[in-house]
Amino acid sequence: MFGIGKKKAYTGLSRGTRIVRSLTLIIPSIVMVIMIIIALFANLGWIGLPDVGLAPHDPNSTNPRDKLLPPSFIEGGKSDYFLGTDRLGRDIFSRVLYGARVSLSVSLIVILITAVIGTILGILSGYKGGRTDAFIMRVTDVALSFPALLLAMLLWVAIGPGYWTVVLALSILGWAGYARMIRGESLRIRESDFVAQAQVVGASTWRIMFRHIFPNIVNSLIVIMTLQVGMMILAEAALSFLGLGITAPTPSWGSIVADGRSQLDRAWWISAFPGICIGLVVMAGNFLGDWIRDKLDPRLRQL
Amino acid sequence: MDESQNDMIVQVKNLKMYFPITRGLLRRKVADIKAVDDISFEIKRNETMGLVGESGCGKTTTGRCVLRLYEPTSGSIIFTGHDISKMPERKIQRYRKDMGAIWQDPFGSLNPRQSAGGIVGDPLKVHHMADKSELKDKVAELFRIVGLDPDMMDRVPHEFSGGQRQRIGVARALACSPSLIICDEPISALDVSIQAQIINLLEELQEKLGLTYLFIAHDLAVVQHISDRVGVMYLGRIMEIADSWELYENPLHPYTKALLSAIPIPDPVAEKTRTRIVLKGEVPSPVAPPPGCHFHPRCQMAIPECSQARPPLRDVGNGHYVACIRV
Repeated sequence: MFGIGKKKAYTGLSRGTRIVRSLTLIIPSIVMVIMIIIALFANLGWIGLPDVGLAPHDPNSTNPRDKLLPPSFIEGGKSDYFLGTDRLGRDIFSRVLYGARVSLSVSLIVILITAVIGTILGILSGYKGGRTDAFIMRVTDVALSFPALLLAMLLWVAIGPGYWTVVLALSILGWAGYARMIRGESLRIRESDFVAQAQVVGASTWRIMFRHIFPNIVNSLIVIMTLQVGMMILAEAALSFLGLGITAPTPSWGSIVADGRSQLDRAWWISAFPGICIGLVVMAGNFLGDWIRDKLDPRLRQL
Repeated sequence: MDESQNDMIVQVKNLKMYFPITRGLLRRKVADIKAVDDISFEIKRNETMGLVGESGCGKTTTGRCVLRLYEPTSGSIIFTGHDISKMPERKIQRYRKDMGAIWQDPFGSLNPRQSAGGIVGDPLKVHHMADKSELKDKVAELFRIVGLDPDMMDRVPHEFSGGQRQRIGVARALACSPSLIICDEPISALDVSIQAQIINLLEELQEKLGLTYLFIAHDLAVVQHISDRVGVMYLGRIMEIADSWELYENPLHPYTKALLSAIPIPDPVAEKTRTRIVLKGEVPSPVAPPPGCHFHPRCQMAIPECSQARPPLRDVGNGHYVACIRV
């Protein structure tokens, strides 16, 4: 009667849609896991096994006899160099594996730094209101409107290029987006009765901010953080491509792409493979971010 | 401090709470919302004071002032002998454990990310009234007092029903054994059957623990049932204040009469003969309240003098005070 006997839950989606939906979760997850494995196991020097690893060559060792070799699956390629070599005879495959380390670690470090700063300032701004809020929000406006490239150049001049210069350049402005978003959420939560209750009890500002407001914005925070993975990898690649980031010979995906730019007509593979990696990770990051957002906090659709 | 002072939990004197309306770039003040406009009342130990009135009449604001969630514009709030109306937050801190609050919305008043036990134990932690080992026992005891199973401590609020959530709220209010509990419409968001349970719980606790309540509600029948004294508020002012039975037997203010006439009588014969006083018009804006008696534009007994001056609360005997020149 009334079709209650049907056991299967009604999801409102056709079989095809559900399969596509689950693929948008499974494929990006696999991509991410592979990239993380690559970054970790390119070489096991960090756990005391410098001779073991996925990378067949030292990414920086040059070999003049083997320069500009095409990938091994193309005519003229050597089986020793799976993705070919660059103009100094360095193995592209090894360089891409090592580059994953730089690209992923920069984006993770930057995301952690900016999320912590942005969350603290955002909650403070939203909860305290008044002058504190006005001040933090004006600084946020400045950070959001300041040209990131200019800042990167200034830092490049001031402290020289390097890994930490990139991290710094991306962190100095990156917290502002978090602060904006978290402030909005905090404003909403500040008005709830349980915050008023905490005030009645006499809880300190710090306690209210981190025991009562923070747990209620964690979902949104996680969503923005995952969506930022792709953004930060792109930003790091862009800086390195422009020569403002990681310097030669250290490989990062952006700098390998930049390296191959001058040989693009003769040796497309130098730029193409790190470029594909950037694309894959950014896309995987965005798909995962979307999925997490839909699971945790569908109100954030517009982000 | 003499004996009578000691017996007073709260004395509110000439309390005013104005919220400024600002406009423009410079945030000039253009007007005030007179949410609470010069009211006075007092609550004795172990007594329940009811505040009734339509929504927007300032009863919640009054409660929040007594809790010092707002700093009053003027007037004094003497809480257990200390004027807390202008005290900086740092100094109020030590009186905070003597106040509790029960809120209207059993959903919004519990942090959805905290366990029930964490919520109830929170006041104890803030005031360092229990160390880690004691905390669990104390919270379990509070759960038992309000009729909840202590095994449910680890659950989060959304796993409870509305009535259970309100019990969690009551347990939290009791945590530091406060001398005053402000109940801000504690039952209006609940089912009728649950309302009775919570009211009975509150009464039972008052008897057992010697509690004092400020009970804010718009449901006259409930307020009559639970309160010892009742104040009727209209547009930020107290219109009439009297002992509960006196107010309901012998209402004097035309506004009180109109409110009481709206209560249905659970007897079909008497209900048929019930005459309702239906007020015309809407409640005026608290930004620009009418001059004189705030109620005069809607009052059936109004005479020209009513718009001249604010009628003072007059003692008409029996602890009955009324702010009307026509009675």
